[in-house]
Parts: sequence; C-alpha cells; structure tokens
Amino acid sequence: MLKLPIYLDNNATTPVDPRVFEAMTPYFLEHFGNAASRNHPFGWQAEEAVDYGREQVAKLIGADPKEIIFTSGATEADNLALKGVFEMYASKGNHIITATTEHKAVLDTCKHIEKLGGEVTYLPVDNLGMINLQELEAAIKPTTILIAIMYANNEIGTIMPIKEISQIAKKHGVLMFTDGTQAVGKIPVDVNKDGIDLMAFSAHKMYGPKGVGALYVRRKGPRVKVTAQMDGGGHERGMRSGTLNVPGIVGFGKACELCMQEMQSDTEKISKLRDKLESALLKLEEAYVNGSIEHRLPHVANISFKYVEGEGLMMGFNKNIAVSSGSACTSASLEPSYVLKALGLGDDLAHSSLRFGLGRFTTEDQIDYTIKAVSDTVNKLRDMSPLWEMFKEGVDLNKVEWAAH
Amino acid sequence: MAYSEKVIDHYHNPKNVGTLDKGKKNVGTGLVGAPECGDVMRLQIEVDETSRVITDAKFKTFGCGSAIASSSLATEWLKGRTVDEALKIDNMDIVEELNLPPVKIHCSVLAEDAIKAAINDYREKNGMEKLTFKESVVH
Repeated sequence: MLKLPIYLDNNATTPVDPRVFEAMTPYFLEHFGNAASRNHPFGWQAEEAVDYGREQVAKLIGADPKEIIFTSGATEADNLALKGVFEMYASKGNHIITATTEHKAVLDTCKHIEKLGGEVTYLPVDNLGMINLQELEAAIKPTTILIAIMYANNEIGTIMPIKEISQIAKKHGVLMFTDGTQAVGKIPVDVNKDGIDLMAFSAHKMYGPKGVGALYVRRKGPRVKVTAQMDGGGHERGMRSGTLNVPGIVGFGKACELCMQEMQSDTEKISKLRDKLESALLKLEEAYVNGSIEHRLPHVANISFKYVEGEGLMMGFNKNIAVSSGSACTSASLEPSYVLKALGLGDDLAHSSLRFGLGRFTTEDQIDYTIKAVSDTVNKLRDMSPLWEMFKEGVDLNKVEWAAH
Repeated sequence: MAYSEKVIDHYHNPKNVGTLDKGKKNVGTGLVGAPECGDVMRLQIEVDETSRVITDAKFKTFGCGSAIASSSLATEWLKGRTVDEALKIDNMDIVEELNLPPVKIHCSVLAEDAIKAAINDYREKNGMEKLTFKESVVH
C-alpha cells in the first residue's frame, strides 16, 4: 500500500528509527539521572548509558570512544572544531582553508573567525563540486593551521577525496577537519583510514534524534586539542561543558549501531531506488543531474528541470511529496542556492533544481508515484512556461534582453 | 510557508494559459522578469479596436505558485475592461485578492508590470505614445 505523504528530504533530517526511539524511552522517565552525578545509582546508570553510546558512536567511524565529544549537533561541532582550533593553535598560525560549497555552519563560522583576525581561503569547486587538490596544496602557507573540507555535500551529494586531502594536510603538518554530517552512517567513514583529525556529525541525519551530535577529536598521531567554546562544568574532557543529553546520546549510539549493521543493505536498496528515480526523470527533455554522478552519496539526486521554476514545481505535488529546491524564491534575497552557483550553474538552472533525498524507509511504490507526479508537473508547468515556448521556438534565451526586475 | 486557498486554486486551475498571435496589430505583449531572478511573466491582451475593450487575455509564467496565480488572476481581471481601466489595476489589489505574504509581493508587482508592458506594446503598435510609469516601489 502506498503511504502518503512521501518523505524524500532525508538530507534535511531523517525520521527516528523506531528501534532508536525504543532504546531512548527508558532514559526520560526511569533512568533520568545526570551522567555527572558520581555518587548514586541514578548517575551511574546515566553514565553507563553514555559510555555505551559513546562506544557505539566511536565504532561506526573507527575511533576510540575517548575521542568523541558530544555536542548539541553538527552546527555546534563545526563551531567547536573551527573556533576551537583557531584559538588553541593561535601561536602556530591563523590561516584556515575551506571551500565555497561548505555548509553555512562552516562558512559563517569562518566569517566569524575572519572578524577575529583569522585568514580564510575559500577554494572554488569544479562543475561536479570537487575541489582541486593542486589548488589546495598551493593554498597552504606557513601560517595554515587547518583544512576544513566537508566529506559529502548536503545539496548535491558529491563526495570529496578526503583521503587525498588528509595526505596533503599531513605532509604540511596541518590539521584536517571534515564536516561528516551527510556522510557518516551512509557510506563507510573511518577516521584512521581517511586520516581525519577532527570530524563533526549529527544523529538526526542517520535516523537518530535531533539535538545531539559529536565532534571527533583525534588523540594520537597527532594529539589534537580544541579550546572549549562553552564554559562550565568541564564535561567532555573539558572541551564541551554542559549536562549530557543522555536519552539523545543513547539514541545516537543506537542509530550508529544500526547504520553500521545495515549500511550495506540500506545502500544497495536505496541506491537502486535513487537510480530508478533519476533515470526516469532524466527521460524528460532538458533535465540535468547536478554534481558528481561517480562520487556521490547513494541516496541523493539533485536534478535541474530547465525552464521550470523549482518552487512552482514543488507546489504541484508538495501535499504528497516532500523534496527541497535550490530555488530560494521565498528568501528575501531571492538568491538561489550558493552551492549550485558554485558549480557554475546559471541562476536559471539553480532556480530549476530539485533535491531528492531518499532514506531507509523509502519504498519502490513511493518512487513510482514520485516519478509520475514530478514528470506530470514538469510537463504541465512547461506548457505554461514562456521560457519553454521560446526554447521550443529556437530563441536563444541568453540573448534576450530581460527587463530585470 | 503555506499558500492561500486562492493561490492554490489558480496554480492547479490556471485561467487563460496560452499564446495570442503577437503579429496581430490589436494584440499587446508584455514580457517581464528574468530567468536568473526565478520568474518571467508573459502577458498578452487582445483589444477590440473600436471600443478599446480587452476581449481576450492570455499568460505564460515561469515562476513560483504565487507568480502563476498573480498572472492568472491578472488575465481574469483584464478581460472586459477597457485599456484605460486596465491601467488602474494595482499590484496591491492582487496582493489582497490572493492573500500574498510579504515575500511574495514582488510577484504581484511583476503582474502589474506585465499589464503595463502589454498595454504599451499595444499602444506602440497602434501609433500611440508609450506611457511612462513611476518605478514600482517593491522589487
């Protein structure tokens, strides 16, 4: 039976897996203790649960549990990594290298660091969303302390060559930080094999609860330290104060365990559905994939349907299908996605894009329904698009003098 | 952001989608907006040459639901009005009728601009001077 509405926005957030929810529930009512209460069973139970969660989280990324610093989410972990390294390594230098397609949690933190006297290089990306490794290496200078490149992009799913990036970082004695939010739990990520020194990630992108995430901080070879950005009781080895979110951490741990057990089968199932969706939608005229097809997360498809505007397109089916668009028609700036623009897409193509984010609970009949609904709406809107009509008449839209508005 | 019932209705059942023969002397065409901005509207009017009444109006729009609804509504309002009456259509009337939120006011501005552009095209084709309009306030 087809279940509506269909959720295909799993890059924004994922539903909590019922098994995760089940694991969390005792930690609200029964085992409500504070993990830092060392002198009674309530605290001991909470601490035990946190320790177990920490192990589960660490295991998924091949880390030692002591290297996991729990935070409120990936945004906080991004902030802690960037600001914490900037402060801790101030005597070594003040230069950070990142890329233009990073998440706002990284870009805006870098902007903040610039105001504090830091220097940031924003590397451009190619039309697939990849940075150029030669350019990266050339950007390193004696004052460089950190390279911050995301594992996989949230809008297009392009996976960066993290191993190669970390090798360059190592060669120059620079720390390597990656925002792993979209990648961890979806594809194999191993902090040692990948040579990662710091990594931010979040529970709610992998079927865990919102409000909990982690920063991985390497302890050996090299021993990395970050200056706390939240002062208080000295929790999390002094790097992040604040009472631990015990039920959240339990859920995060369980979510990691499930991802580890089911990654292979999930990926096989989800990528098959993604490919089915994508190849069917690409049968429409003037439809193009954004980002890398070869190096891409298995559950993401970002497609531009030329001559149709994304928000208008979504309106055709958003009662029944949840996706997102690179068109930012609702924002005051009217600026489309900066990620798509960074790929060199014109604003018009960026406005025409939809992002499909499949997940563990996506079914084949949902994909069949989506193919039909999206195709029908694209065709319907093209019938009422002046641009489509002009394109069909052979008018070169780049040569039209638009009455800019 | 939720759309108003009226926007949803115009989006799903747009009125007067289509193309008039722009080669005809009594047809005026207005094309406004730009693909980079995420909306382009083309609005056309066909005018009865003796009474100067707009007998037909058609649109095609590339844009969000509010842009489609604004142009659909504009074509409905244009039909049966004289050219001079059509000039009185104000974007805020569209905002009110469709219950557009502040971020979508530019869609109504675009529709008003499209009406004016279509009328000017008609005037020019028929040997009349083009009207100049005050720059729209909201862009």
